[in-house]
Amino acid sequence: MMNRLECLKILARHVTDEIVVATYSTGTDWLALTPERPLNYFAFGAMGLASSHGLGLALGRPDKRVIVLDGDGSLLMNFGTLVTIGAVQPRNFIHFVGHNGSYEANGGHPIPNRTVDFAGAARAAGIAKAHTIAELGDFAARIGGLLGEEGPVFVDLLIEQGPLGARDYSDMYAAARRTAFRAALEAGA
Amino acid sequence: MDVSTGAAASQSTEQLRGPAIVAAIKAAGIRYVLSVPDLHTSKGLLFPIADDPELRLIRVCKEDECLGIAAGLSYGNKRALILIQHTGFLYAQNAIRAVAVEQKLPMCFMVGLLNNEPGKSPRESKRIGLRVVEPILDLWGIPRDILHSDADVPRVAPALRDAYERSHPTAILIGRRPVSP
Repeated sequence: MMNRLECLKILARHVTDEIVVATYSTGTDWLALTPERPLNYFAFGAMGLASSHGLGLALGRPDKRVIVLDGDGSLLMNFGTLVTIGAVQPRNFIHFVGHNGSYEANGGHPIPNRTVDFAGAARAAGIAKAHTIAELGDFAARIGGLLGEEGPVFVDLLIEQGPLGARDYSDMYAAARRTAFRAALEAGA
Repeated sequence: MDVSTGAAASQSTEQLRGPAIVAAIKAAGIRYVLSVPDLHTSKGLLFPIADDPELRLIRVCKEDECLGIAAGLSYGNKRALILIQHTGFLYAQNAIRAVAVEQKLPMCFMVGLLNNEPGKSPRESKRIGLRVVEPILDLWGIPRDILHSDADVPRVAPALRDAYERSHPTAILIGRRPVSP
């Protein structure tokens, strides 16, 4: 099992000009690590849709790689997204899921089945490059290669539950961040 | 915007041709259609869209996926139409609130009113699922129009264009089952 923040720190060292779509707990952690990064896009308000936003961005900007930082509870609210992504086969799309078995943002209640095989589900949905990573050293060793693979790529990250309690989403979801994101895209960032 | 009074003006025309609607969609610069199939629009709209080389159809599993995909596409300056049944529209309300309404993003909904009586307002339907559609759109402040016949189709492209030019959601209701030759 990995610590999410440590995973994100490793990811932050590898990210360059990709669009990063993040949501809920992962989103607040990612924002804390990359507060001034204009190509961060925070999936707003409707839990579960991060990968759908990411798919639209991948189609809308085929010249950019899109990294989605999803949660397991979020993915379960939009499980069909794997089938849609499997059908569309976006080559510039990589989908990470922080799998801690918990609706962390909603009080830490367990997801309906903590042992769900997300990578197996992704493969069954048509995403052939689907991986499960449980050790930080393994993640550090593989992240560079994963980010360079032709998509769609799916990675189930087995992580510990993070701190519970209310998180402040106001900065993440501020309209100014969406405006800055659009401006950065249009400026060719 | 309540333009359901257009129904009365168009009751004498009994046909709503799907190809004319598809042409209007394309005239508005739409190139992506995101859809869950709907019997009401299946033959007259969705099959012609699926066969149209100028449109890319993305078949999704549930209607709320469309909101995220359309949002992402909009940041790439790509225009999308969300083609769903009214039941799917009801299902997707939280995503409509969060993505379309609160973020004021351009979202073009085309909503099939399955079992709506041709030429009549859905507000007059015996089915509550149809009666609530227009009031819900009004509650969200989403401009709406309804197509009962070919005479109504010229309003489609301007409505879709306006959604993208002024960045807001809009809804076109399909009041009669479209036909396709």
